[in-house]
Amino acid sequence: MGFLDVLLGRTKPVQPKLDDLFALPSAAIQLQAATGFTPTGSGSVCFRAVEGKTFADIQKEVRELLDLDNSKPGGGGLPVEVTKDSYGFTWLISNHMSDEVDTLVTDLHAVNSALVDNGFGPQLLCTMVAFADENHRRMALVYLYKRGTFYPFAPVNEGRQQRDNALELQVKGVLSEDLKIEPELNRWMALWGAPGL
Amino acid sequence: MATRTRYAPDRGLTVRMTVTMFLLGLVFVAFVAAIIGALIAAHQSAAFIVVIALVFGGGSAFISLFYSDKIALAAAGAREVSPQEMPKLHGIVDRLCALADMDKPRVALAPTSMPNAFATGRNSKNSVLCVTEGLLNSRLGLSDEELEGVLAHELSHVAHKDVQVMTIASLLAIVAGLLVRFAFYSEIFGGGRRNNNQNALPIIAIIMVVSVVVYAISFLLIRVLSRYRELAADRSGALLTGQPSALASALTKVSNGMSGIPTQDLRTAEPMNAFYFAPAMKLQRGGGRGEGGSSLSAIFSTHPSLEKRIEQLAKIQAQLNDVSPGAKGLK
Repeated sequence: MGFLDVLLGRTKPVQPKLDDLFALPSAAIQLQAATGFTPTGSGSVCFRAVEGKTFADIQKEVRELLDLDNSKPGGGGLPVEVTKDSYGFTWLISNHMSDEVDTLVTDLHAVNSALVDNGFGPQLLCTMVAFADENHRRMALVYLYKRGTFYPFAPVNEGRQQRDNALELQVKGVLSEDLKIEPELNRWMALWGAPGL
Repeated sequence: MATRTRYAPDRGLTVRMTVTMFLLGLVFVAFVAAIIGALIAAHQSAAFIVVIALVFGGGSAFISLFYSDKIALAAAGAREVSPQEMPKLHGIVDRLCALADMDKPRVALAPTSMPNAFATGRNSKNSVLCVTEGLLNSRLGLSDEELEGVLAHELSHVAHKDVQVMTIASLLAIVAGLLVRFAFYSEIFGGGRRNNNQNALPIIAIIMVVSVVVYAISFLLIRVLSRYRELAADRSGALLTGQPSALASALTKVSNGMSGIPTQDLRTAEPMNAFYFAPAMKLQRGGGRGEGGSSLSAIFSTHPSLEKRIEQLAKIQAQLNDVSPGAKGLK
């Protein structure tokens, strides 16, 4: 924020950075090679819905668009899910086969651009792609739209809200060349109860 | 690439705030000019008073800014809470900060039954966001979305650096207030020793009168500025969550919740009024809503009226639901 903005008490809504998301498919391969974590095929976009009909209409359009794509031959065939978490944020969940990270990212990007095109870019919070390993450990790579950075989130015990910090830091080390990892650890926001994880 | 935006700045508010700050600056310049004018003919005693006032005023302002988080927490009797203690509260703040791309402030809880919240700190890294137990109390019945609105309002105060701006704006009033006091004492105690300096007394008297006038004017201007910054924080908060109606209903609930609380409790919270979500103490209005009384209290109030705040939020709601944003056409 500039000096003038401070003086006049206004904030410019932060526009999301979308492009870095496309680094994800290659990072997924690297992650699998180094740690054994494979994509589950589930990914989601989390945003703060704006009250009123305009936003609801856009959200509906996006959903129909994705469903249409997926029902075509060669599409994933699974419909898009929409849930609202306990914080009032909306999650649009897209499910694909585990080897279709490319398609998944394209789907997620479609949601992003629909919101940005309609002037709701600042409402985007994060996107999450889920991973799991042979021991059924779960982990997610979270993309922060406003920062253009990724961070790993590995919940161990939802009820007691524990994270596997060792695993998270290991993933950070493995992916630091493929992805822009969020350097400030206190921005590695916990996403308890995130759908699709 | 220009993108569409639904978040156009409020020109009117910007203009009004600029005018207020300009007037405050004008008073400041006039004040300095008057003091220098008085000092040109001056005597060490008068110069000494001015320097002392500047040092004390500037020093106290700097200290209160530097330790604003600690002072405010101590004054409110608040303590910091960890994410483990209050996961929900931290979760909401986490998400709002990620949405606004700002550093997360520390989160504190004040054991007060009055529903309210404030944020303070000298910069974004050292800021603290404090809510009272009354705000979280189920008797108030604030929904999660309404609580989020309150927190977004407070985070906007942090983003706008309101503590810094208001401290600097108040500096003038602090110095002027000190000058009045020092000049007053030096007239009483110093008068006898200055028989050889016949001019000293009138000059000190002039400084005193000027300071009183400056203090009064800047006091009013600071209140005006504070009201505009509340409106600005409401606005940014509502745009951040995209839920202006939730913030409006939170405002209504908090204002109603406060009217029933005993006066004793409210008075103790009064010094920190400027940073609160809603004013902790309303000026007494004689009997019903006397016309003269309510306009006077509006001038002295640190917060805009509930009606004004809700009206602004209704406008934002319309703006967010505009079907064709950026009608000037571009993408």
